[in-house]
Amino acid sequence: MKKGNSYTIKVLRLVFSSGAQMELYQLSAHKLHEMLVNKEINSREVTESVLKRIEQVEDRIHAFITLTPELAMQQAALADAHIQKGNAGPLTGIPLAIKDLICTRGVRTTCGSHILENFIPAYDATVIEKLKEAGAVIVGKANMDEFAMGSSTENSFFGPTRNPWDMERIPGGSSGGSAAAVAADECIVSLGSDTGGSIRQPASCCGVVGVKPTYGRVSRYGLVAFSSSLDQIGPFSKDVKDAALLLQAICGHDFRDSTSANVPVPDFTKALADNIRGMVLGIPKECFREGLDPEVESAFREAIRTLEKLGAKTVETSLPHSEYALAVYYIIAPAEASSNLARYDGVKYGFRAKGSFDLMEMYKETRSQGFGAEVKRRIMLGTYALSAGYYEAYYRKAAEVRTLVRQDFEKAFAKCDVLLTPTAPTPAFKLGEKVDDPLQMYLSDIFTIPCNLAGLPGLSIPCGFSKQGLPIGLQILANHFQEEKMLDAAYAYEQNTEHHLRKPAL
Amino acid sequence: MEYEPVIGLEVHAQLLTQSKIFCNCSTRFGEEPNTLTCPVCTGSPGSLPVLNKKVVEYTLRAALATHCRIAPYSLFARKNYFYPDLPKGYQISQYELPLTVDGYIDIQIDSQKKRIGLIRIHMEEDAGKLIHDLSSEQGSHSYVDFNRTGVPLIEIVSAPDIRSPEEASAYLRKLRAILMFLDICDGNMEEGSFRCDANISLRPTGQKTFGVKTEIKNINSFRNVQRALDFEILRQTALLDQGEEVLQETRLWDAGKGVTISMRGKEEAHDYRYFPDPDLVSLLIDPPWIEEIRTNLPELPDAKKERFIREYGIPEYDAEILTTSKSLSNYYESCLGHYPKPKIVSNWIMSELLRELKKDEREIEECPVPALHLSEMLKLIDEGIISGKIAKSVFEEMYQSGKRALEIVREKGLVQVSDSAEIERIVGEVLSAHPDKVEAYRKGKEKLFGFFVGQVMKASQGKANPQMVNELLKKKLSSY
Repeated sequence: MKKGNSYTIKVLRLVFSSGAQMELYQLSAHKLHEMLVNKEINSREVTESVLKRIEQVEDRIHAFITLTPELAMQQAALADAHIQKGNAGPLTGIPLAIKDLICTRGVRTTCGSHILENFIPAYDATVIEKLKEAGAVIVGKANMDEFAMGSSTENSFFGPTRNPWDMERIPGGSSGGSAAAVAADECIVSLGSDTGGSIRQPASCCGVVGVKPTYGRVSRYGLVAFSSSLDQIGPFSKDVKDAALLLQAICGHDFRDSTSANVPVPDFTKALADNIRGMVLGIPKECFREGLDPEVESAFREAIRTLEKLGAKTVETSLPHSEYALAVYYIIAPAEASSNLARYDGVKYGFRAKGSFDLMEMYKETRSQGFGAEVKRRIMLGTYALSAGYYEAYYRKAAEVRTLVRQDFEKAFAKCDVLLTPTAPTPAFKLGEKVDDPLQMYLSDIFTIPCNLAGLPGLSIPCGFSKQGLPIGLQILANHFQEEKMLDAAYAYEQNTEHHLRKPAL
Repeated sequence: MEYEPVIGLEVHAQLLTQSKIFCNCSTRFGEEPNTLTCPVCTGSPGSLPVLNKKVVEYTLRAALATHCRIAPYSLFARKNYFYPDLPKGYQISQYELPLTVDGYIDIQIDSQKKRIGLIRIHMEEDAGKLIHDLSSEQGSHSYVDFNRTGVPLIEIVSAPDIRSPEEASAYLRKLRAILMFLDICDGNMEEGSFRCDANISLRPTGQKTFGVKTEIKNINSFRNVQRALDFEILRQTALLDQGEEVLQETRLWDAGKGVTISMRGKEEAHDYRYFPDPDLVSLLIDPPWIEEIRTNLPELPDAKKERFIREYGIPEYDAEILTTSKSLSNYYESCLGHYPKPKIVSNWIMSELLRELKKDEREIEECPVPALHLSEMLKLIDEGIISGKIAKSVFEEMYQSGKRALEIVREKGLVQVSDSAEIERIVGEVLSAHPDKVEAYRKGKEKLFGFFVGQVMKASQGKANPQMVNELLKKKLSSY
């Protein structure tokens, strides 16, 4: 945050019946909404509380690339006016963070990259329009792996984000800033994007809820593309109900996105019934694979038992082609990225290398200096996969196997309501541990990638902690446009467990 | 050795939609640079394309008019390459599954019909325009204008069925006429709304397999298509005759020097890394929509030509020329509305009018003589007010000044002399001025009759009614 901003920070302490003192920034959106409409508090107080919290912890966490305190206070004042008039929606006056690849008009949107370090969009993404309409308060743009390529947020040009549970560890990625900001109470909820697990894996690492909606559920207009056929925007939150509320606010058909689905949007909060009796949970046998951390496995098995106790039935299923999913993903995503990132050429906006002799040199220098190592690696992978003579063997073959992966899920969902897997094979690893070993890094997304290839919705919810006190996530997947089922299962689990109540000591 | 040219043409035609292909920016020409732009057509991060339905409709019109098959399922693809006029770093086009394939166009060559196959017609977006400023003191600068970026194009790819530069030219004229009849392209070659690249190879006459081809770019008029192909035939013939190989390459036509210049060889050819555009969904065409478009197609050149022959009884040659453009055929029929003598109108248009236009390099749309004025003039001939010969100079005057026929006739006193006393007087003068010729005529040298007619017309400044001159001359000469 900029020094010298003089807000009168009034920190309101709430005394709960238990006697525990709670700060406003610690609360959920639905709790704050209740208090806002009851006029117990106003949005400026909530926003000030969150900004104060950011001042306290941001130096250590580094969840943000850009903070927008002035904008936040303006929006909070606007929200208060709406609340006064009785026009408060569930997100009116709620401070949130936005992953820095979602375009915000007038607020720089860097994608975690040097090449867009000073890029200020001329328009708002559809989800931002919707949030502004809903009266939400934007406190800042969250850190991320450059162009969403990575699983640790270490690939940010602006430096890594740290895991609030252990400062030596990564928060996951690529939406690490959005996840850490929620875990560290630097915002109430946040938006991330998920191409191969970039919402669910950091949610798992940071012990928060993260939802990747069905492909087409949320408009991608204004989401800076990494891999267009896989990208989807989704929420991070402290509990399932907040996730449902934020998802509700951003869903819906958008004529500006041809891949946005024209399907009705249900009331997601209605799905939160805390009753999963008779629900059939599929457990893919492939998830007990080599490389699965024993603590993660035991937390996962415990979660299954908890859900069974709540009346759900489990069946073993199989996703035989999921072993190829990672390979398929690392053809398709880089191929699309190599084309999507071609526009960063130094001609129109963003970084341009100085002193070039001719056009070709300007292109080469701009892109060599402007992109980080992982982005360049993937551009090269993708360019290769699309090249004449290799297209058939790589891109087309990958597209065919992608269809098989999708068909695996179709078969699985014929006999179960949701599928369960661990979200990530291990809890958060240490900063620097995998930076020099891209293949190990890629394996972090082994459980999350198949869902993107099939376009399915998925979420991650805290399901335990390692002995070292690191959060572990449970992944719940549902069939296309059946977010309600996975939210229902997650809510029941949450209501009957206490993992989500634990907070990192900061 | 005798060689046969094998030519295939790729035409890019700009569609006359109001808005661009993937956003709602206007397609107007000639506006201030970068005023017709938005995040989508400038490739701003996060923006997404949405297909303009009108572009599909116009492409379907072109497809139906050229007997193409319409694919029930087609895809957009990205053509990837770097250039400053291409803001996304790729052009959205169609590659593997284009909207329409397998059509043909019939052309007339040496009064023979010839069928030229079409391989495909696909949709794509245009790129922007670079403006180079070499005058700056800090060195040269280039500017980019994105107004044209995203303007819809169709690319029409012919089969290698064309065998001469004349056929190439006839094919292009016919294709352009069809697109203009359909109201989907303005056909303006100078402004670039109708652009052509040519592929050409030679093979020994009689050989079935194709030779090595070159691609010629930057051809911006019908005349240059012929010139460029003529040059390339000479160049390739010379190479082959000397036992050298033609290199597969892209060559640039330099109209000023009248030569083609090597631009890039096969090795430097771009690998465009085409793949399906994940931002756009596959295109499914509803059969009833196709039928609706088919029903509403306007009368096309071939059908119009047949009708002109049938309805107006004009020769096929006339009908062919009069239907080379929609405006010309409209002009013709408009004249007939005022002056219903089809062959006379056709003669005047084909000889006088088109000659004047050609001299000025004007199109019929720019003709200074409206159809009504031409018809009025033709009526003056019929009414005996001016002679056919005078009419030609009156027409020239009309074309130059934009005035109406009667006005010119009055101003210049061109009204035909049909006064028999006046004509008799002139005849008398002419005959008495040439007693020797009169003598010769009477002795049987009847060819001299034409000489007397000429003299009388000359003396009357062309205004004497020719029929009366004939009659009076005959009468006088026989009475001597």
